[in-house]
Amino acid sequence: MPDAPGGTLYRGREGMWSWVAHRVTGVLIFFFLLVHVLDTALVRVDPEAYNAVIGAYKTPIMGLGEAGLVAAIVFHAFNGIRIVLVDYWAKGPRYQRVMLYVVLGLFVVTMAGFLPRHLINVFGGGH
Amino acid sequence: MTAVLDTPAQDTTPAEVATFQVTLKVRRYNPESEHGDAAYWDTFTVEAHATDRVLDALHKIKWEHDGSLTFRRSCAHGVCGSDAMRINGRNRLACKTLLKDVNPDKPITVEPIKGLPVVKDLVVDMEPFFASYREIMPFLITSGNEPSRERIQSPEDRARFDDTTKCILCAACTSSCPVFWTDGQYFGPAAIVNAHRFIFDSRDEGAAQRLEILNDKEGVWRCRTTFNCTEACPRGIQVTKAIQEVKRAMITRAF
Repeated sequence: MPDAPGGTLYRGREGMWSWVAHRVTGVLIFFFLLVHVLDTALVRVDPEAYNAVIGAYKTPIMGLGEAGLVAAIVFHAFNGIRIVLVDYWAKGPRYQRVMLYVVLGLFVVTMAGFLPRHLINVFGGGH
Repeated sequence: MTAVLDTPAQDTTPAEVATFQVTLKVRRYNPESEHGDAAYWDTFTVEAHATDRVLDALHKIKWEHDGSLTFRRSCAHGVCGSDAMRINGRNRLACKTLLKDVNPDKPITVEPIKGLPVVKDLVVDMEPFFASYREIMPFLITSGNEPSRERIQSPEDRARFDDTTKCILCAACTSSCPVFWTDGQYFGPAAIVNAHRFIFDSRDEGAAQRLEILNDKEGVWRCRTTFNCTEACPRGIQVTKAIQEVKRAMITRAF
């Protein structure tokens, strides 16, 4: 076996890159859930500490993080439905590419509804 | 009746085929060379015709520049499935890929297929691939006495698995699969395609056994529907669709 079996990156198409994006967003969501369970569990241990932690989330950096989290969840959710259809709908494999563009369209629409409102809340100083 | 030309043949001398210089960047590996166990890139520039395939350019390199370049090819016409390799980052048959279709203005990269141990240059050890193929029992399974005539099948029943009969076992699909790269235990698309060919054959009685084999942890459920296999298949088999049909048969036939 050669030392460096890699070589160039495989040039897969939409199917492969949507799988990569699904993996990446899935791992991100998993780590969020881990932190989320821990910080919410804190309220049972020490309500004061819980308030301090939640307060720390109300910073612009965390606000941008939340935007990223919503983006990851929205893509993962819509693409998850696409994957279910690819596996269980007889015509799924034929329309997988079309369905990916529908997923991306729905993603853009959802984020267009969410982002302005969210960013105003984060940076508008309303709260 | 023999076909005859109605009009006398006109001057059929073909126009001169254009020639050009093409550069190939070949990923090489030879533990007996001074490079030892490290793979390295070797660049060759050869003269090629507009009608040449990547295989012709590789031949030219081997015959005129460097006889040590090693690759497999047998029929050289897309039937035997020996010369699957990664050309410009995608799995293709070198004998079915025209140079003009892979942008000969830039160097064309040629690498061995991924996920199987490289033996030398573009030659990989195909044994893990064929081991998976053998495991799904790629032969007709029947019970009872042999009939004294053919086993009759309707055209509709034959059409059911027509797509998966086209496989030439070149491994372009299996070695394009990200799951197979990271986990060589996975059966891989080619084995599932060949199982599909018998599972959906009305004359075969081994479907339950094959589904049982593919219901394994390393079976069809490892498929992540990246469609790399469907894109890579030089025979145009709808590989991901075949895998999906096996998945669905597993669920529908279990009840």
